[in-house]
Amino acid sequence: MIVNQFLILAAALFALGVYGLLVRRNIVLILLSVELMLNAVNINLVAFEAMLNTTEALGQVFAIFVITVAAAEVGIGLAIVLMIFRNRRSANVDELNLMRW
Amino acid sequence: MTFVDWISEPVNWAFLVIGLAVLVSAFRVVTSRNVVHAALFLVGALGGSAGLFLLLSAEFVAWVLVLVYIGAVIVLFLFGIMITRAPTGLDEGLDSEQKVWPAALSLAVFVTLAWGSIEAFGTNPVATTGTPTVTEILGESLLGRFVIPFEIVGFVLLAALIGGITIARRDLTPVEEEERITA
Repeated sequence: MIVNQFLILAAALFALGVYGLLVRRNIVLILLSVELMLNAVNINLVAFEAMLNTTEALGQVFAIFVITVAAAEVGIGLAIVLMIFRNRRSANVDELNLMRW
Repeated sequence: MTFVDWISEPVNWAFLVIGLAVLVSAFRVVTSRNVVHAALFLVGALGGSAGLFLLLSAEFVAWVLVLVYIGAVIVLFLFGIMITRAPTGLDEGLDSEQKVWPAALSLAVFVTLAWGSIEAFGTNPVATTGTPTVTEILGESLLGRFVIPFEIVGFVLLAALIGGITIARRDLTPVEEEERITA
C-alpha cells in the first residue's frame, strides 16, 4: 500500500462533501456533507500516521479529537436546526433570509 | 512502482473494493433525492472508512468511528430528519437549481488536493507492520502528552451537549408555567 491511494480517496471524499455543501438546500443534508469532509480529514490523519509510524500514535490521537469535535458539532447543529424549524416551519437555507439586506 | 506491482498485493484489492464502496456511498449522500436514504448512505461511507482504518492498522480509531458515528451521530441525524420533515418520501426541492458551478468547484478542489499529494508523496509506502497499533500506546499518548487537549475536548463536548439541550428545549408558555406552579 502506498500513502497516496488513501490521500486521493480522501481528496475525492472531501470534494464530494464540498459539492453537497454547496448544492443542498436542507440544513440537515448540509450537515451530512460536513460529516463527509471531516471523515476525509480523518482518513488523511490515519494514513499519515501509518506512513510515519510515530511512537506516540499522533495521527490516531488527532483523529480521535476530530471525531469528538464532530460529535459536538452535530449535537449543537441539530439543536439549532430544531429551533429554526420550530420558528420558521422550514429547514431550507435559502428561505432563511430574515437578515438578508 | 508500476500498477502491476501495486495490484499484485492482495491488500490493495481490499482497498479497491472498500474505496469504491465509500465513494459510491458518498456520491449517493450528496445526490440522493430521499433524505433518509442520504443519511443511510452516510452509514455506508463511514463504515467503509472504518474498514480503511482497519487496513491501516488503526483498530481503536476504526471502532470508535463505528460506535460514535454509526451508533450515535447517525441516530441524531435521523432524529433531526424525522423532526424537521414529516413526509420523508421523495422531495424535488432538496437541491439548489445551480449545480454546474458547485460541481466545477468541487472538481477543482479534488484536482488540487490530488495533484498536491501526488507531487508531495509520490509512491511513499505505508509503513504498517500488519499488526494493529497497540491501544496502550494510544491511551498513554492521550493521558500523557495530550492530557490537556483531551480534557479540553471532553469539556467542549459537555458544553456543546448542554448548550444543545438548552437551545432545543421548548420554553413553557405562561399558561403552562402557571399550571406547573399550582400543580
